[in-house]
Amino acid sequence: MPTDSIGKPADRLILPEYERDDASHPALDTEEYHSTSLRSPRRPLQLLPQHLTEITGPVLGHERVGDTDHDLTVQHAGEPLGERIVVSGRVLDSDGKPVPHTLVEVWQANAAGRYRHAGDRHPAPLDPNFSGAGRCMTDENGHYRFVTIKPGAYPWRNHDNAWRPAHIHFSLFGRAFTQRLITQMYFPGDPLFYQDPIFQSVRDPKARERMICEFDLDSTIPEWALSYHFDIVLRGRHATPFEEDEDDD
Amino acid sequence: MNHSNRSSEAAPVAHPATTPSQTVGPFFALPGALPWPDGPEVLPAGSSGATLLRGRLLDGAGDPVPDGLIEIWQADERGRFAHPDDPRGTSTDFPGFGRCATGPDGEFWFRTVKPGPLPTPDGSEEAPHVNVTVLARGLLARVVTRIYFPDEPTANAADPVLSAVDPARRDTLVATAEADGYRFDIRLQGDDETIFFAV
Repeated sequence: MPTDSIGKPADRLILPEYERDDASHPALDTEEYHSTSLRSPRRPLQLLPQHLTEITGPVLGHERVGDTDHDLTVQHAGEPLGERIVVSGRVLDSDGKPVPHTLVEVWQANAAGRYRHAGDRHPAPLDPNFSGAGRCMTDENGHYRFVTIKPGAYPWRNHDNAWRPAHIHFSLFGRAFTQRLITQMYFPGDPLFYQDPIFQSVRDPKARERMICEFDLDSTIPEWALSYHFDIVLRGRHATPFEEDEDDD
Repeated sequence: MNHSNRSSEAAPVAHPATTPSQTVGPFFALPGALPWPDGPEVLPAGSSGATLLRGRLLDGAGDPVPDGLIEIWQADERGRFAHPDDPRGTSTDFPGFGRCATGPDGEFWFRTVKPGPLPTPDGSEEAPHVNVTVLARGLLARVVTRIYFPDEPTANAADPVLSAVDPARRDTLVATAEADGYRFDIRLQGDDETIFFAV
């Protein structure tokens, strides 16, 4: 019987378990998004029991967040060009509980639809006053807030005349390895949705809607910036902890 | 800055459905974005007990993936996590998290420690391992694998996860020894595709 390094018996571990929600997520192999063809595993995924490594996760605190990291419009000497916006919301789990004190990271193109990246060849202007990256922590109630510039749409070469709808990338750690999520926030009413294979890779229309933020008049700052609200929902925990390994099929 | 919170935020949402995953895209490596300057340095250079863990990320044609992001999560050398949900208590300040963007040849590296073994809820033991997240353009959701260590044959033979996978593919989860650490290549697809897990 193993014991851990401070001598407690290791056979009494009671661990939470995070619920899976495979139906909401895109298939790794999505024919219309051509880059998946050589990069998606072909063999079935093996079930990994949720043990200590899976129910814990990185605790990344305020030391990762600088004073202006949440405001992408003040990171340079001048103001960036484009439509200033506030994006705020909550990080929740699927039990409806807020995920407090978790690091939220964002990255995006500028107002002209260009990333400050050597690999971006889109002949749109680079904005010397916009880097397009930010981070913040959720507060004790799971709230986060960014000030940024509305990103532009941009062309890519996936198919004939392909354009990505405007989007902001989000990275969330949650509380456990199993809660890690990278997603994209889209804007309401974008006419490019129907032809975008990345957006459409989420097959359930209701699940796709959960990637679209809401215009948020209440949070608009008069004479300064429009606002959008975007809640992000990570996997939740089963209500009752279990003692035995799951042994279903 | 004054702005009013939406009144609806006060009301708890009963069981909201989860937000779908999307690709990290090719441009996560903006200045100040996902790759951090210290990202691969789970331990600072010169730390005692540090070892190098490195490898390459390869696609189904065997070509390097130069726009991937690898993240690792692991226990310290005693098998402890700096996390409140470790029921044994938190008595380590080892961060356990590393992040490295892949280079032109698909290579990534971490300076870290080899973790200790871990107890399981049923009283058995997991061999030392590192959990890995792979993100890249073309991956609509992260894929997850584990790194086991070649100098742990007994623990590996008894490990409940390694014991449950196809023996013919088990070696894809075990690093190889190098002079200053370990090598673990990740093959997203192909005859020697790495085993990936559903978590």
